[in-house]
Amino acid sequence: MLDRWPIWLLILGIGAANFLLRYSFLLIFGRGSVPEPVREVLPFIPAAALAAIVAPQVFAEPLAGHLVGPRLLAWLGAMLVAWRTRNMPLTIAGGLALLWVLQAVLPAGPIH
Amino acid sequence: MEQVLEQPAPRGAAVARESLRLALPIVLGYVPVGFAYGVLAVKSGLSPLNTVLMSLVVFAGSAQLIAVGLFAAGAPPLSVVLTAFVVNLRHLLMSAAVAPHLAGWPRRLLPLFCFQLTDETFALHLSRFQRKDTDRAVTIGVNMVAQAAWVAGSVLGVASGSLVGDVRPLGLDFALPAMFIALLCGQLKGRPHLAAGISAAGLALLLPRLGLGQWSVLAATALAATLGMVAETLAARKE
Repeated sequence: MLDRWPIWLLILGIGAANFLLRYSFLLIFGRGSVPEPVREVLPFIPAAALAAIVAPQVFAEPLAGHLVGPRLLAWLGAMLVAWRTRNMPLTIAGGLALLWVLQAVLPAGPIH
Repeated sequence: MEQVLEQPAPRGAAVARESLRLALPIVLGYVPVGFAYGVLAVKSGLSPLNTVLMSLVVFAGSAQLIAVGLFAAGAPPLSVVLTAFVVNLRHLLMSAAVAPHLAGWPRRLLPLFCFQLTDETFALHLSRFQRKDTDRAVTIGVNMVAQAAWVAGSVLGVASGSLVGDVRPLGLDFALPAMFIALLCGQLKGRPHLAAGISAAGLALLLPRLGLGQWSVLAATALAATLGMVAETLAARKE
């Protein structure tokens, strides 16, 4: 199927669709003239979107039947670091260090 | 009028320094994740040139990684484009959330800003705009630095793809969600926000089981954000 479409053309298509998503709201409503009900929901979109993106990844191990895996624990650890320090590099580094330790210590689960 | 009222903006080297300083956490997240993307893309059979092209014209981590998986599985072209579109639908909501802060921007700069609007630059700029740090040159500068880091990470991944056996043991797939967790914690400013976050997480886990598939993230975001708004209205009424 793919051999009839050059991959670079697909990539340009994905890029165009992606740009449209990022630009369309500004194109339609302009800047500043956002309708009132939309304006009230907007402050909650970052928290909701980030949680919705990250939850399926964080809980991938329990969902796959591996109840307490190293990744879940490391992400929860990263969450604690993020909550206490509000420091992104420290959160990533701390979580990653915890993951390496846990991977060395814990028995491998079914999705490893 | 507006020009007169505005603070004197930092220029030249000062803009570059400030952009680099602000973008540093994003750079530290993007280089390893871009690296993981480069490795996975080449391993999936994407040519090095197309792998880097995608980082240049798409610039969206989750969509790129999913597209690579679909390319490897030999999925129909239209379904690859549509899936990437659905995965990125959340960017519609993000561009809506920054729109009120772009009131003073010249129209010609908006497409450039929007093209480089990612989850991370969105979260960073929104918190900057909320504390009235709205310098346009720095905003664009941060985006440029972020995309440069993303492309550089991809190139490094492509170049060393054959040296890396499997990215999972290294934990490279861990970095991006960890970055999201850091951004998420920065957004949980009160109980209504916490309610929105927790319900979004729950819905994102529940909705795929109800058959919503790739629409789950968008639906969970919209529902949970509405719930957060309702929670805030109720809390305000109580006082």
